[in-house]
Amino acid sequence: MSTPPVYNFAYLDEQTKRTIRRAILKAIAIPGYQVPFPSREMPMPFGWGTGGVQVTASILGPNDVLKVIDQGADDTTNAVSIRHFFARTAAIVTTTRTSEATIIQTRHRIPETPLKDGQILVYQVPIPEPLRFLEPRETETRQMHALADYGLMHVKLYEDIARHGHIATTYAYPVMVDQRYLMDPSPTPKFDNPKMHMSPALQLFGAGREQRIYALPPYTRVLSLDFEDHPFERTRFTAPCALCGATDAYLDEVVTDDRGGRMFVCSDTDYCERRRPARQAGDGGERGHEHR
Amino acid sequence: MSTAEVPLISAAGLTKFYGVRVGCLDVDLEAYAGEVLAVVGESGSGKSTLLSLLSTQLRPTRGSVHFRMRDALVRDLFQLEEAQRRLLSRTDWGFVHQDARLGLRMNVSAGGNVGERLMAVGWRNYASIRREARLWLARVEIDGDRIDDLPTTFSGGMRQRLQIAKNMVSAPRLIFMDEPTGGLDVSVQARLIDLMRGLVADHGLAVIIVTHDLAVARLLSHRIIVMRYGRVIETGLTDQVLDDPREPYTQLLVASDLRG
Repeated sequence: MSTPPVYNFAYLDEQTKRTIRRAILKAIAIPGYQVPFPSREMPMPFGWGTGGVQVTASILGPNDVLKVIDQGADDTTNAVSIRHFFARTAAIVTTTRTSEATIIQTRHRIPETPLKDGQILVYQVPIPEPLRFLEPRETETRQMHALADYGLMHVKLYEDIARHGHIATTYAYPVMVDQRYLMDPSPTPKFDNPKMHMSPALQLFGAGREQRIYALPPYTRVLSLDFEDHPFERTRFTAPCALCGATDAYLDEVVTDDRGGRMFVCSDTDYCERRRPARQAGDGGERGHEHR
Repeated sequence: MSTAEVPLISAAGLTKFYGVRVGCLDVDLEAYAGEVLAVVGESGSGKSTLLSLLSTQLRPTRGSVHFRMRDALVRDLFQLEEAQRRLLSRTDWGFVHQDARLGLRMNVSAGGNVGERLMAVGWRNYASIRREARLWLARVEIDGDRIDDLPTTFSGGMRQRLQIAKNMVSAPRLIFMDEPTGGLDVSVQARLIDLMRGLVADHGLAVIIVTHDLAVARLLSHRIIVMRYGRVIETGLTDQVLDDPREPYTQLLVASDLRG
């Protein structure tokens, strides 16, 4: 039998990690600015979090405790495989508890448990350019960022209101970072936008296919774009989580049978599980549904 | 000297080479507030190159373009910062293209198109942006009910009028037009020309219009520049040049006009 493969700590070679760390440092120095970096081939396809994985690999140390979530859940394919990947290549401790983790890699959610000083949140980003669908030319969008020429983004929000009567963008809701750079918060629901503002945790964003890294240093001002007479509104839910009764969490719709049965539960599985023992079973509401 | 006597825009020795070929050569011109200047000539004569140079979309091989800013200072456009040029081009200037698809965002509603300039300069109140957009749509005779419709649903003439509204909303002082009436039937052309004359008179605009249609030049412009092979070969008051052309080429051009 052949010997199992031996990986460098956290898979990437040290030279690559140094390169990525330099990009991360630059990104932290210019909050919201997209720094190009030489994205490596990873043992998973683009679109499976290669950007986030490379950022995590570059900042991971032997004493770090890693949590990985996919749409808030610790137990979905993407989260499980990335957690195993680092447990195997870096032999680090993993956890599902938000409060115990030093690094949290996430796909499209920010945990409900407030983050603390010293924690790092690593986002997997599919499309880092917030202006992409408004202006397809990268040469032009870079100019627009350089000149802080962002009127076009408001045209998009204007169109939303004109068509739907309110700003209908519910995820990847554009934010202005420290009054300078327009940033795509990755496709997190807009429910999570306020958590980015003045967060004590360091937030790093990695887009593998697009080869871009950007960052929000701790305590950065992050404001969601809006109009004076149509201010940003956080998504509200009309009923609590069916499992834990949380009223302050982002809920997922779960189809329970083929006769139209459904329930709304926390998308953050860790938050939901921690809350449940404190609550008697059996009185879960099932009528919770999203209200824009 | 009062500001009215200082040209709004002036070019000196404006030259553009595409490799070894000449785009335009040693063009001098001036345009004053409240004046419509027509640039005529056959295709390939350098009209559109000239317009791109004046509006700083192209960099000249040599020569300069000066513009009188709102603070009455005359500045060399190619010495300005890119950010200042952009601000100029979306506040003080307008650009009406022959092909409305170049001037409009076809996947954005009419109101969004008109409001874009306002939002670019910091308007953040939806209701006031909309009020202003409605006002301008009405001025270019587009029904207020169409404010949320896409320009793709508009006729050719409506698209040109929408382009004009989109430009006029920021109260520009100078409008560049590249064959704005091209491809429109004559009755629609006539209404568009009427609208443009009204706007020039009401707002004291300067307009530089490129056209190969001498009838449009005659109806709209005060002065005319005739171009051939990238050079200005004749210039003067419009009726003077069209009624009594001196250059053989201008004579040919006037004689070739079917509506002469």
